[in-house]
Amino acid sequence: MFYREAGQFKSTYQADMAVFPIRQDRIGLAIILAIAFVVIPYFGDDFFITSVMIPFLVFSLAAIGLNILTGYTGLISLGTAAFMGVGAYACYKMTTLFPGVNIIVLILASGLFSAAIGVLFGLPSLRIKGFYLAVATLAAQFFLQWSFVRVPWLYNYNASGAIEVPQRLVFGVPVTGALATPETRYFVCLGIVVVLTWFASNLVHGKIGRSWMAVRDMDIAAELMGIKLLNAKLLAFAVSSFYAGVAGAMMIFLWYGGGEAADAFSIRLSFNILFMVIIGGLGSLIGSFFGAAFLSILPTAMKFGLPALGVPMAGATAEHVTFMLIGGLIIFFLIVEPHGLARLWQIGKQKLRTWPFPY
Amino acid sequence: MNAEPLTMTGAPVREVLLSVENVSLRFGGVKAISDVSFDIRKGEVRAIIGPNGAGKTSMLNCINGFYQPQEGQITFKGQRRDKMRPHRAAAAGIARTFQNVALFKGMSTLDNIMTGRTLKMKRGFFWQALRHGPAMNEEIEHRRVVEDIIDFLQIEHIRKLPVGKLPYGLQKRVELGRALAMEPELLLLDEPMAGMNLEEKEDMCRFILDVNQQFGTTIALIEHDMGVVMDLSDRVVVLEYGRKIADGTPAEVKADQKVIDAYLGVAH
Repeated sequence: MFYREAGQFKSTYQADMAVFPIRQDRIGLAIILAIAFVVIPYFGDDFFITSVMIPFLVFSLAAIGLNILTGYTGLISLGTAAFMGVGAYACYKMTTLFPGVNIIVLILASGLFSAAIGVLFGLPSLRIKGFYLAVATLAAQFFLQWSFVRVPWLYNYNASGAIEVPQRLVFGVPVTGALATPETRYFVCLGIVVVLTWFASNLVHGKIGRSWMAVRDMDIAAELMGIKLLNAKLLAFAVSSFYAGVAGAMMIFLWYGGGEAADAFSIRLSFNILFMVIIGGLGSLIGSFFGAAFLSILPTAMKFGLPALGVPMAGATAEHVTFMLIGGLIIFFLIVEPHGLARLWQIGKQKLRTWPFPY
Repeated sequence: MNAEPLTMTGAPVREVLLSVENVSLRFGGVKAISDVSFDIRKGEVRAIIGPNGAGKTSMLNCINGFYQPQEGQITFKGQRRDKMRPHRAAAAGIARTFQNVALFKGMSTLDNIMTGRTLKMKRGFFWQALRHGPAMNEEIEHRRVVEDIIDFLQIEHIRKLPVGKLPYGLQKRVELGRALAMEPELLLLDEPMAGMNLEEKEDMCRFILDVNQQFGTTIALIEHDMGVVMDLSDRVVVLEYGRKIADGTPAEVKADQKVIDAYLGVAH
């Protein structure tokens, strides 16, 4: 009733090719952005921002990265966490080598390093696909994680092996380090995620996205359209790893604030992000956000929400119950809709369009 | 008076666009094609026929670079090619459809056909990431061409639908559209009418003739429906067990004893 495109006529191809062709969608997006930029920092407390929103944004960005590779180009990767780690360590090295450079620039630049590493480990993808490629990227995961522990140069020969996030100011406001307020870190995360999501959306809706999907759906026909498979796949690896790298740098610098980074970038994180992409919806950017919300916000909400609701439970029990519930929900959603939450969202919108007279 | 020889459609015989000379292709011990030569002239409809397993599809695969023949050479637009790759064949102006539809199933009809324009779109990564200014103008310009093709093939109604869910006949049509979007000089059609009903076949024949006459596209087609082949094509080459057994106009081929034997069988 309220969600209709009736009366919205497109008279130009540009309007027809818009990412959100329906006016209500554009209004919805504006409302979400307004909530993200104004309502959450104004009303959210420190706990909500640091433990819910920042992790959500970091995971969303990593999930978008993996979705570009797995969802759009059809290449399975189990090395996401390692590529995130490359971003984090690259950012750390750059903060020590170039102390004067704006930290936001460094976080974005660290993505370039993981993009390069991603391309390197993406090279086998021309020859192998499916499970075999997953195993090849698993090698990246183990090798890189090993390097994070065994190459002391990466953590500046620190005896504890931990990354120490230095204090950095942007326009006089501390963005990283102990003095940075949660709000500032949240705004930086949000800005990066919004801009990079916009770029990703542009890429997947244009020529490059079409060639990625062509490679995913039918690689021989793609080659026949003049798409060079190696270039398309390596570009997907580069862009995907760039996003993962930026997400990794954000994770250490804006969320964790330092620590034993090598443990953070373990295979568990890789799997977690792969689950986010699968549950959210392969080949859907909005699905990446859904998946990240499902697997990062929901556990936190349950862990702290169940005892708060008066369910008598110790912290540890709540955590275990959360694990079981999340596991059950994953299975439930995959049975109900194997194409992920994004497809459910799509179906919901379709239903809403014809409601209340579906025939 | 020596009149210029005419093709079926009345066009004069033009220069050779593609020539296949003594091509042999082996898979291990199996000889898929042995010593086949023929040419395709500019602007004609050339049919390749033959019983199952005669090497017709292998021949197309050689022409657009999926297979590398061990012997012989293929010359396209006067240029001999060694080590052909499919994407280079595409850049040279060879497009193709497949026997079993090879569409990008997850994408819409529009996106499928837009993919055919990939080679013509020049804007690089950074403009693509912005999707404004030059990249958007380019996108619109190509969208216009694609809309003309959609119009031509009468598939406006399925423009935004994912192709995986379309009926078979329409999928074949979208695949033809995708090949046309490349504006090829040579269009290879591998059984464009397989599995279609009579009405769909008639539509497809119409489209093929229109493409040939309106756009002047040279067409090489593989087809099993003899009626279609004899009506559409200017010249026919017949393969059997990887060898060429006949080559000529439909009438000549139809009268050829070897062709009749190949299709009807001979008493031993």
